[in-house]
Amino acid sequence: MMALATQSSRGPAIKIRIALIGCNHRTAPVELRERIAFSPQQALFAADELRRQGVLEEAMVLSTCNRSELYGVPGEASPDAAEAMQEFFTSFHRIPRGELDGRFYRWMGTDAVRHLYRVAAGLDSMLLGEAEILGQLKASYSQALDHGATGPILNRMFQGALEVGKRVRAETEVGARPMSVALAGVKLAERVFENFKGRSALCLGAGAVADQVVEHLRNRGIGNLKVVNRTFDRAAELAGRVGAEAAPWESLESAMTAPDILVTSVSSREPILTRAMLERVIEARNGKPVFVVDLGVPRNVAPDAAGLYNLYLYNIDDLGEIVEHNKKAREAEIPRAEALIEEHLTRFEAWRAGLEASSIVDDLRDRFHRQRKSLLEEKLKEMPEVSPEERGRIAHITEELIERVLEQPGERVKRGGVMRGRLGALEALRHLFGLDEGKD
Amino acid sequence: MQYLAFVTLALYALSFACYTRILYAPSVPLGRLASVLLCLGIVAQYFELLARTRGTQSIPYDDLYGSMSLFAWLLGVTYLGLEVFHRERSVGAFVTLALVIWMSVLRVFWTPAVSNPELPRGPLFAFHVTLNTWAYSAFGLSFVLSLIYLIQDRMLRSRRMATPAWRFPALDVLDRMARSSVYIGLVALGLGVGMGLVWAWRLSGAGVLADPKVLITALILVAYVVYLHLSRSATWRGARAARLCAVNFAFVLFSYTFVNLYLTKFHHFQ
Repeated sequence: MMALATQSSRGPAIKIRIALIGCNHRTAPVELRERIAFSPQQALFAADELRRQGVLEEAMVLSTCNRSELYGVPGEASPDAAEAMQEFFTSFHRIPRGELDGRFYRWMGTDAVRHLYRVAAGLDSMLLGEAEILGQLKASYSQALDHGATGPILNRMFQGALEVGKRVRAETEVGARPMSVALAGVKLAERVFENFKGRSALCLGAGAVADQVVEHLRNRGIGNLKVVNRTFDRAAELAGRVGAEAAPWESLESAMTAPDILVTSVSSREPILTRAMLERVIEARNGKPVFVVDLGVPRNVAPDAAGLYNLYLYNIDDLGEIVEHNKKAREAEIPRAEALIEEHLTRFEAWRAGLEASSIVDDLRDRFHRQRKSLLEEKLKEMPEVSPEERGRIAHITEELIERVLEQPGERVKRGGVMRGRLGALEALRHLFGLDEGKD
Repeated sequence: MQYLAFVTLALYALSFACYTRILYAPSVPLGRLASVLLCLGIVAQYFELLARTRGTQSIPYDDLYGSMSLFAWLLGVTYLGLEVFHRERSVGAFVTLALVIWMSVLRVFWTPAVSNPELPRGPLFAFHVTLNTWAYSAFGLSFVLSLIYLIQDRMLRSRRMATPAWRFPALDVLDRMARSSVYIGLVALGLGVGMGLVWAWRLSGAGVLADPKVLITALILVAYVVYLHLSRSATWRGARAARLCAVNFAFVLFSYTFVNLYLTKFHHFQ
């Protein structure tokens, strides 16, 4: 709360500064990102230290596998905050300064807010529009908030970022379409089955992609999940990890009774699942649809099974093609996401301008009242005939005059939108009245 | 009264535009706006039907326009109920498109309301017609849902998922919704037909089973019962059942237009 509390109407005019330094997957290789990552405890400690040293009044660290960023509101005594923040960053991780030269990006003011909003929207992610970053951002912010490391400015900024992130995902296609083969398979299955609770899935093989599919299925609450593999240990390992049931390869026929979803990823020259086998599965399900993801190369499902009624079959190429198509569709949505970001940025700027303008009005009021008081004292000394009652009335009238003069600007300031885009004008006003020079 | 028909059509068209937009670019406010516009369209159409009812001094079923307008209104009401119940807006674009086409076609048949006070038919008759119309609108909704099922099924099979397809409800939801609509339709039709038979028996003391309208209605009942049965069977479940449901709606349209206009005496439009 320091940023505002120490700079209320009794302090110098508020001039909100925001600084960001960081590096991400675009500016630093993974080896370096690993070394400058912050654990949750380190993030809080770093924020505390920066505030204790007076570099920042509000501080927050965002550290994920793809980025380490330090957001802050620099204190008055920290003219070159970004430099100090970078210095802190390198010394905190004990990395020679030269090693990080050119790896950091620095953003100030509106650009820092825009960067945060882009991060929240997933536009700055390695995988465009990925949703994980929003959860990470929320967790980091909640932790910093609970710890008291953030203040009104960062709170407003991060709450706005979370809102932008949600809106971009809800109102654009940026995060809507699956971008991995595994997720594409599961998302397609969701086009057939509304939810996976009470559904059963059978996974043949325990390859890397099948592993991911199984993970997605489990995350979506699949009712029954069974893993069958030629090497039972691997099946048991995967099953144990995702809370599924493992079965030996010999039990394949019995395991094939009636799964809703079949995932195959077995290394085999011949198809593992023939048309006849799948026909039997559909028959056992009384004709209910079966969704099959064939991740094997060569294919595990006989190609002629594709024509079976109520069988939805996708092989690795089908899914790859869908992912490729989705990538293009996501990229096409970037301008819409950017427009949402700009909308929220404008809101933030209006709030910021309102806050700054409000402090200017308060400072003007202080100055006018001081001058009124000294003027009255000076002039009334020359008018001894004025009675104390009349002096009181004059004082009251001049006070009212000041309040009337400042009434309209005060009202306008309360309507933050009016101040939108007028930060430059505020700077001029501050300079014009000498408010940037401190108290008289 | 005419201006209300245009207002209704405009509101349905705007609602269709919003529903279509959210299929491509989901937006909660736009989705709400689509529902509100549809709701306003339904309200406007209600007042149009009310004005027509006052003009003819009976529920608007004596002419093709009034009857089909009542059908569209009930379709909108039924869909809105389903939308609120299932919290599923992605079907809205198709339903409102059907409403827009339906209401536009109606403009061709538009006739001014003619007062017909010499036919006091009583509440039983009013229930009979309203329930039957409601049944047909529920069948209309199942037709739309079946069409979406078929489109989604085709996209899944061709492995080319267009943007809106990622927003459609899952196939099993569409299947359930279509069957629910048919259940509603069958119950309403059963009750409506029963009331109609009682009313006719009271009026003339004899049955009207030989009337083409009664026969086609019986055929519709059978067709949808067969659909419900087959939609659970191993060989018809899924796309085939959806196709059958869509085809069944042709009987409803036939009953509504050709039979009412040319074949029946009991149910002939004025």
